[in-house]
Amino acid sequence: MRQAKTLSAHPARRVRWMNRDRAIALLMIAPSALAIAVFVYGFIGWTAYISMTDWRGLTISTSFVGFENYLTIFNTGRFQTNIRNLIVFTVFFLAACLIIGLLLAVLIDSRVRFEGFFRSVYIFPMALSFIVTGVVWQWLFAPGNWPNDPTGINLLFKQSGLDFLQAAWTTDTSVVPGWRIEGLRTRIGIPMAMIPVVVAAVWQMSGFVMAMYLAGLRGIPEEIKEAARVDGATEWQVFRTITLPMLQPITLSAVIILGHISLKIFDLIVTMTGGAPGNNTEVPGLYMYEITFKANKFAEGAAVAMVMLVVVALLVVPYLIYNRRTEVER
Amino acid sequence: MSSVAVPAPKRRHIHWSRVVVYGVMILFLMFFLLPVYLLLITSFKSFDQVSLSRMWELPTGFSLESFDRAWNGGEGVIGMRGSFWNSVQLVVPATVISCILGSLNGYVLSKWRFPGSETLFTLILFGMFIPYQSVLVPLVEVLREIRLYATIPGLILVHVVYGIPITTLIFRNYYATVPNELVEAGKIDGADFFHIYRHVMLPLSAPGFVVVAIWQFTSIWNEFLFGLIITNDPQLRPVTVALQNLSGSQFTQWNVQMAGALMVALPPLLVYIFLGKYFLRGLLAGSLKG
Repeated sequence: MRQAKTLSAHPARRVRWMNRDRAIALLMIAPSALAIAVFVYGFIGWTAYISMTDWRGLTISTSFVGFENYLTIFNTGRFQTNIRNLIVFTVFFLAACLIIGLLLAVLIDSRVRFEGFFRSVYIFPMALSFIVTGVVWQWLFAPGNWPNDPTGINLLFKQSGLDFLQAAWTTDTSVVPGWRIEGLRTRIGIPMAMIPVVVAAVWQMSGFVMAMYLAGLRGIPEEIKEAARVDGATEWQVFRTITLPMLQPITLSAVIILGHISLKIFDLIVTMTGGAPGNNTEVPGLYMYEITFKANKFAEGAAVAMVMLVVVALLVVPYLIYNRRTEVER
Repeated sequence: MSSVAVPAPKRRHIHWSRVVVYGVMILFLMFFLLPVYLLLITSFKSFDQVSLSRMWELPTGFSLESFDRAWNGGEGVIGMRGSFWNSVQLVVPATVISCILGSLNGYVLSKWRFPGSETLFTLILFGMFIPYQSVLVPLVEVLREIRLYATIPGLILVHVVYGIPITTLIFRNYYATVPNELVEAGKIDGADFFHIYRHVMLPLSAPGFVVVAIWQFTSIWNEFLFGLIITNDPQLRPVTVALQNLSGSQFTQWNVQMAGALMVALPPLLVYIFLGKYFLRGLLAGSLKG
C-alpha cells in the first residue's frame, strides 16, 4: 500500500484504493444503519402488525383482524376526545409560540440593553425536563378553594386585586362551546383545562422559537432594509415586505419542530393533569400508554401508536424530502 | 437625571417607543421567572413555614429540610438519591457512545459519500421525529429477549440508538464545513480512512463534540418515557421518573416537590449557564439547517 503514493498516475488503481476505504466507511456506518433499520423501521413494522391482531391481555395473540382495532378506537368517545384535545393543544401551542417567539426576537433585535440577559432568561426553560416544568406549573395552576381560599396564581391574582382572573384552571371541566355533533362521541370545542397545559408548554418552548427567529433576523442584511427606508418605506412596511418574507423558512422549521413535539406530547400532560378532569386533557400519547401498559390492550394501543406515527409522518416526511432536494441543489 | 439638556422632540418620541419595548420585555421576563421564584422560595422554606395562604411570601429563614426530605426520603416520600446515581450511570456512558457513533456517522456521510448515502441519511433522520409510542412494545419484547429489560445498560442502549439521528445530523452538518480539500489532500498522500479521521477531522471536532455531548446529556437526563417503560424496577428509576412519582404521592408536600424539581433541573441548568453558546447551537441544529 505504501507504493500507492504514485496512484494519481494510475487512475484504475486509484479507484481500487478508494474502494478499500469506502468499504471501511460502509463498515463504520453499518452498525448505526442496522440499529436504525431494526429499532425504527423494524419495530414500526412490528407495531403495525400488532395493531392488526387481537392481542389483549398478557399472552401474545397473532390472529389477524385487519383494521378492526382502528375502527374500534376511532369509534370510542375517549379517543375522539383525545384527538380534539390534541388539535386544540397543537393549534394554541403553535400559534402562541410563533407569535411570542417572533415578538421577543424582534424586540431583542431592536438594540436593547442587557440583550444577553433577556435572551438567556427567555431560553433557559428549554434546558429543563417537561417533568420539572409540569411539576412547577401544576402547583401554579392548582386553583385551591377559590375565590375565598385560593392557591397558586389564583392567590397571586387575589393578592394583586385581580380577582376576576381567577379560574378553575386544571380542574375546569367545561368545553367551550361544547357542541354535540351527530355521530361524534365527544363534544366539539376547547377543553378549558387544556389552557394551563398550553401555558406551561409555551413557557418552555417559546424561547427556542425566539432563538430561531433571532438567528434569522441577524442573517438579513441591513443594506436591504436600509435601501427600503431610503425609498421612504416605514418601519412597519419594512417588516411586512422584507423581514417577514425572509423569515418564512424559519417559520416552516419552527412549525415542523414544534408540531412534532406537540403531536407527541406526553410527559408534560402526565405530570400536570394526568389527562384529567375526565379525559379533558388526555392526548393520544397518554392514551396509548394507558391502554397498553395499564389495561394490556396491546393491539388497540398499537393502533393508537400507528395513528400518531402517520400524523407525524404527514408533517415531517414532506419536510425531510424538501430539505434533501434543496440540499442537493446547493 | 443630569442630562435634561438635550431632549429634542424627536428623541422623546424614540424614548416613548423604548418604554414600550422594555415594558413588554420585562413583562415576559416576569412570566419566565415567576415559576423560578416560586420554586426557589418554596424549596428553601422549612416545614412549619409551609402554608398555602402564604405561598408567595419569602421564607423567613433559610432551611434545607425540603432538600433533605427530597434527597433522603422519609414520611411517605421516597428519596431521590438513588435515582440520581441511576441517571448519572445512564447519562455518562450513553453520551460518550453517542458522541463516538455520531462523529463516525457524520464523517462518513459528509466526506465518504457513496451512492444512496443521502437517502440513508434521510432515513436515519426520520428516526428523530417518530413518536416512541410506535416502537415501545417491540422494544420491550426485544430487551426482554436479550435480558436488558429493566436494566441500566438496556436504557443506555435505547438512548444511544434513538440518539443516532440527531448526533449524526449535528456531526454531518459540522463536518460539512470542513473543506473537502483537506480530506482530498490526505487521500492523495495515501492516508486511509482512519488516518484522515484522526489527523484531519478529530483535531477540528472539539466544538462538535461539545455540542453533541451537551445535547445528549440534557436530553437523556430530561427524558421520561423510556425511563418510565424500561425501568419497571423502582430501584432503577432515572430522576425524571422519580420526580414524577414524588409529585404523584398521596400527601402533597409542595416544598419537597419543589426541592426535588430544583435538584432534577440543576445539572442541565448548570450546563446551560456555563456552556449556553453550545447548548443553543445544539438546539438550532435540531432545526435541520441550523
